[in-house]
Amino acid sequence: MAIQSDTKPLLEVKNLRIEFPTRRGVLTAVDDISFDIMPGEVLGVVGESGAGKSLTGAAVIGLLEPPGRIAAGSISLEGQRIDNLPYEKMRQIRGRKIGAIFQDPLTSLNPLYSIGRQLVETIQTHTDMSESQARRRAVELLADVGIPAPERRVDQYPHQFSGGMRQRVVIALALAVNPKLVIADEPTTALDVSIQAQILDLIRKLCKERNVGVIIITHDMGVIAETADRVAVMYAGRIAEIGPVRDVIKHAKHPYTHGLMGSIPTIGHDTEKLTQIDGSMPRLTDIPRGCAFNPRCPKAFDKCFVDRPELIQVEQTRAACWLYEKEAVHG
Amino acid sequence: MFAFIIRRLLQSLIVMLAVAFISFSLFNFVGDPVNNMVGQEATAEQREALRVQLGLNDPFPIQFARFIGNAVQGDFGVSYRLSRPVSDVIATRLPATLELVFVAAVLALVIGLPLGVYTGLHRHGFGSKVLLTLSLIGISLPTFLIGIMLILIFAVWLGWLPSFGRGDTVQIGWWSTNFLTVAGWKSIIMPAVTLCLFQLTLIMRLVRAEMMEVLRTDYIKFARARGLSNRAVHFGHALKNTMVPVITITGLQIGSLIAFAIITETVFQWPGMGLLFLQAIQFADIPVMAAYLCLVAFIFVVINLMVDLLYYAVDPRLRVERSGGGH
Repeated sequence: MAIQSDTKPLLEVKNLRIEFPTRRGVLTAVDDISFDIMPGEVLGVVGESGAGKSLTGAAVIGLLEPPGRIAAGSISLEGQRIDNLPYEKMRQIRGRKIGAIFQDPLTSLNPLYSIGRQLVETIQTHTDMSESQARRRAVELLADVGIPAPERRVDQYPHQFSGGMRQRVVIALALAVNPKLVIADEPTTALDVSIQAQILDLIRKLCKERNVGVIIITHDMGVIAETADRVAVMYAGRIAEIGPVRDVIKHAKHPYTHGLMGSIPTIGHDTEKLTQIDGSMPRLTDIPRGCAFNPRCPKAFDKCFVDRPELIQVEQTRAACWLYEKEAVHG
Repeated sequence: MFAFIIRRLLQSLIVMLAVAFISFSLFNFVGDPVNNMVGQEATAEQREALRVQLGLNDPFPIQFARFIGNAVQGDFGVSYRLSRPVSDVIATRLPATLELVFVAAVLALVIGLPLGVYTGLHRHGFGSKVLLTLSLIGISLPTFLIGIMLILIFAVWLGWLPSFGRGDTVQIGWWSTNFLTVAGWKSIIMPAVTLCLFQLTLIMRLVRAEMMEVLRTDYIKFARARGLSNRAVHFGHALKNTMVPVITITGLQIGSLIAFAIITETVFQWPGMGLLFLQAIQFADIPVMAAYLCLVAFIFVVINLMVDLLYYAVDPRLRVERSGGGH
């Protein structure tokens, strides 16, 4: 990774573990993951359903739903720990420093209030702006996210907007008070394919302009390829591989990532048959010993069934795989 | 919007006609009012003369047409029992019932709504569990039992409140009100509490269920993610979204408050329309019964219309779109 030593990471997640206490014992949904994000950087988090990617996002913004809880590790924003803040302090960070974009724009907006009112409310919660200043800002924001005739649209209600337009409103809400970090959880999954690229471009463009760090959570490798600078591949609550998008896509190190890439059709290449990974991701109740991917891994050997691999630096990326143990450079 | 109101008014008219027809035809079978009006010694001729005078011998359609024709002019005939115009009788009784229902409805809303929000927000709290258990009692105990218990405790044992009647009322035009005297307020407390208890628990449980539903929605999660205060999230965003079903039920319940008032008024000897109606039934006083039913139906219709209009105020999705919206 090319981290300039003079820049401090915007967000640091260290050894994060998220647990769900249940009647049959404690389930570990996210197990000991670490990553960081630089200002203005777009990190893609990709994985299957249940890999723990959305929970990671929820933990960062402090909205894990009980009984889910952060059991270990730390989350720091601009060097300040935010995982153990009292509710009220964390509330002031939400929206102010960390914005969120959710999956379904049709249900993310309150149907009973005009979008202007929802924007003004968000702005006034976090700033001292007057009603009219906040309203002017709301109109600006709507223009920034590409909504035509914002002066007129600002007084309309969510049901008067199409899905793509509503997601633009959601983006405007997420960026309303210039947060440092935006968490976009499946921001395009509910949208038409034709709209998806526009929305992704918009998120990327706005965040680059404002030097906002972004976590894009998705199960769609295409979204990552289009938007992210770096990607973290999650599997069964752990990071399998993390590194620059180009390297991970072109030269996947972890057998899981490799399988994942093989399952994406490419235009212009005559692929006979897409590869598929046999089996499915283990349930949280029976994650195997050693590497969580070992039952499905074509390259698994003895050690994979005994010890859990740490992330090992391989060229530009880091992969949690014993295959690369010899190559690891310690120190 | 305007067309909608006209349409609803026409529908209401049909409903009113149907109610008038049903009530009027039913009351032809509740007994012969003439028996009650004349003495034991009245001759067959005297009875017959009275029947002709009251128009009871005319064919049913003619009687009904006469009833409707007079009713739209506010004339429901003369009470057989009291020998006074029904409209006068009702005018003296209506304020008592409406004031009772008003106080009960306000109590039910003012107490039920916050309790519903509280129990919806603190689902697993101790307070919520206590309130829910108590609300079960409120829902399952019959009105007359609660009334009698209140009388026993507050009127007989403690002697704080009067056990029956309206106390002192002040006359404002034809309207007599309880609200201007201490004795009037004291008298209305127990009947109003008795009457509101069922509605209160109903509203509380409804608001609780709706709140729990709404709090799970994405826009509430998103509102939290925007960093809005709990107050804004719970009351600004969540509560307003529970309002459509709550308005519906509350509106209908105000109608049934008037119906339930029959029992409460009997227990507390409250001189309202419910009591009047019961006495009218015992006497087969058809004009009073018919007028009462028509009036209750009318109140129902008016409330329903208001409920429909409130939907428009609450939910922008129902409003007519003039500026050709989304694309």
